[in-house]
Amino acid sequence: MLDASKRHFLQEKARHVRREIVTMVYQARSGHIGGSLSSTEMVVALYHHLMRHDPGNPQMVERDRFVLSKGHCSPVLYAVLADCGYFPSSDLKTFRRPGSHLQGHPYQPKTPGLDASTGTLGLGLSTACGLALAAKLRNSSHKVFALCGDGELQEGQIWEAALFAHKYRLSRLIAFTDRNRLQTDGSTESVMPLDPLPDKWRAFGWNVSVIDGHDFDQIDKAVSQATGQDNRPTMIIANTIKGRGVSFMENVAEWHGNPPNAEQYSRASAELGSDEPRV
Amino acid sequence: MPSRQQTRKGYADALIELGRTRPDIVVLDADVAKATKTCDFERHHPSRFFNCGAQEQNLLCVAAGLALEGFIPFATTFAIFATTRAADQLRNSIAYPKLNVKVVGTHGGISTGGDGASHQACEDIAMVRALPNMTVLVPGDYEEARQATLAAALYVGPVYLRLGRDSYPIVPELHEGFEIGRAKCLRKGNDLTICTTGIMASEGLVAAVELERHGYQARVLHFPTIKPLDTDALLLAARETRAFVTAEEHSIIGGLGEAVAGFLSENHPAPLRRVGVRDVFGQSGHGNELLDLYGLRAGDIVAQALSLLQSRAVA
Repeated sequence: MLDASKRHFLQEKARHVRREIVTMVYQARSGHIGGSLSSTEMVVALYHHLMRHDPGNPQMVERDRFVLSKGHCSPVLYAVLADCGYFPSSDLKTFRRPGSHLQGHPYQPKTPGLDASTGTLGLGLSTACGLALAAKLRNSSHKVFALCGDGELQEGQIWEAALFAHKYRLSRLIAFTDRNRLQTDGSTESVMPLDPLPDKWRAFGWNVSVIDGHDFDQIDKAVSQATGQDNRPTMIIANTIKGRGVSFMENVAEWHGNPPNAEQYSRASAELGSDEPRV
Repeated sequence: MPSRQQTRKGYADALIELGRTRPDIVVLDADVAKATKTCDFERHHPSRFFNCGAQEQNLLCVAAGLALEGFIPFATTFAIFATTRAADQLRNSIAYPKLNVKVVGTHGGISTGGDGASHQACEDIAMVRALPNMTVLVPGDYEEARQATLAAALYVGPVYLRLGRDSYPIVPELHEGFEIGRAKCLRKGNDLTICTTGIMASEGLVAAVELERHGYQARVLHFPTIKPLDTDALLLAARETRAFVTAEEHSIIGGLGEAVAGFLSENHPAPLRRVGVRDVFGQSGHGNELLDLYGLRAGDIVAQALSLLQSRAVA
């Protein structure tokens, strides 16, 4: 259980990050809002609470790693990295613009704080396996986190990685699935059904927990329980709401990859509150 | 020394050597370790060998993750799987972030033989060449494959190393001075230049001897590196010889022939003919039969050379 002040701190961080996400995609006139908003608490919890990392020393060997396998949700990661101080928040204005280090999908060589490049779906979990295998070879105790989209789990390569992580006992690999149940063309269960999802991961030999992905206490508990468990990798299936935090975006598949217009942006900003103090 | 030897064996022998002195070298395979010969590395260095099973896409991305952490992964499988099967992973996880992964494809080219067209990678060089940041190595015999492997390990950046299945002739002319990005002049001559890569080096040398009987001195310029292309050697050859024939165990589309033609036509136009697989899929057969059948022999080089040298354009 988080203490009240920590919980409040994280909630305020999440609100700030949501505002940045909506602003980035509005300014860029492209980008993926829905899945960024649904995974905000997870990324905030990792970088502001759970992960060992140092923005002043992005290459610190003992740091925990994070791979955004659902790379299209770069806005949430960029907003959090900027908030941590990996680069100035003013850089967020350059998202998806020529010359920017903030590419549409994460490009590790350019952006401070990124541990891996991702883009086309299904690659990131395998890359995270490579990072976790490297840690194991070096007897390092750091953790490797990955965040997958639920639509992304339709990629065959995800299940290759699932087999691999089990074979090589990558117990320090902790993955989330952002289970918002929506993908570009509609509901995951109508486009390509995934349920019963926990059973699938269990069958592949992973530890599985199912949580409310917007509840910081549950995220904290799931990750704490995951570390060091019985040689198995962990999948945390986080039930979430796509577009969470902006009423008219919630649970609407069209907000997967569309930018808001000026009127929608102003409504979204009003709902997310303004001028919260930056910590 | 045997007269023929497998290029994949040269690779495997180099890996064992590397494994002894370089703890950062790791080898991954996708359930073809006996065929690619990485099983030899596994025998010597079992803790640094990872069999990913039949999952080439995962293989390349796991290798990317290992490279991000400072290991030098040799991600090995058949050429067809390393390139066309795992194209997205090669492009987005390795080439684009310029990671230090060595992607090794054995069983490249039509001489893969009996497995048929599904397994005969004749487009792999074209595909990988088109990717920015990639270095493409295609050694011509056992010893050159061994040296190319050692050089790939020293080079920092993504490499595609293309090897074959069969036992191919040992070509002593190939055994000195391997350097990434440098062509080797295997034979001097000023009438025409035969550009070879991979196992076509030996055919190019045989062709040069035959052309001498027709009164022509052919230079044989061998390209164990297709990308970056040794443009200095090409420019010199363009100035000193009248015509070019390129020879590769690969499609005439996108491989050495087009790389040479593209450079020459922009910088020093010269008459050129390509010997290669002529935009068709192969079929099952013995490797040697298929090299005959698909026009990948010294005689094919000679025929193209004579036709070119005797045409009005070059006279």
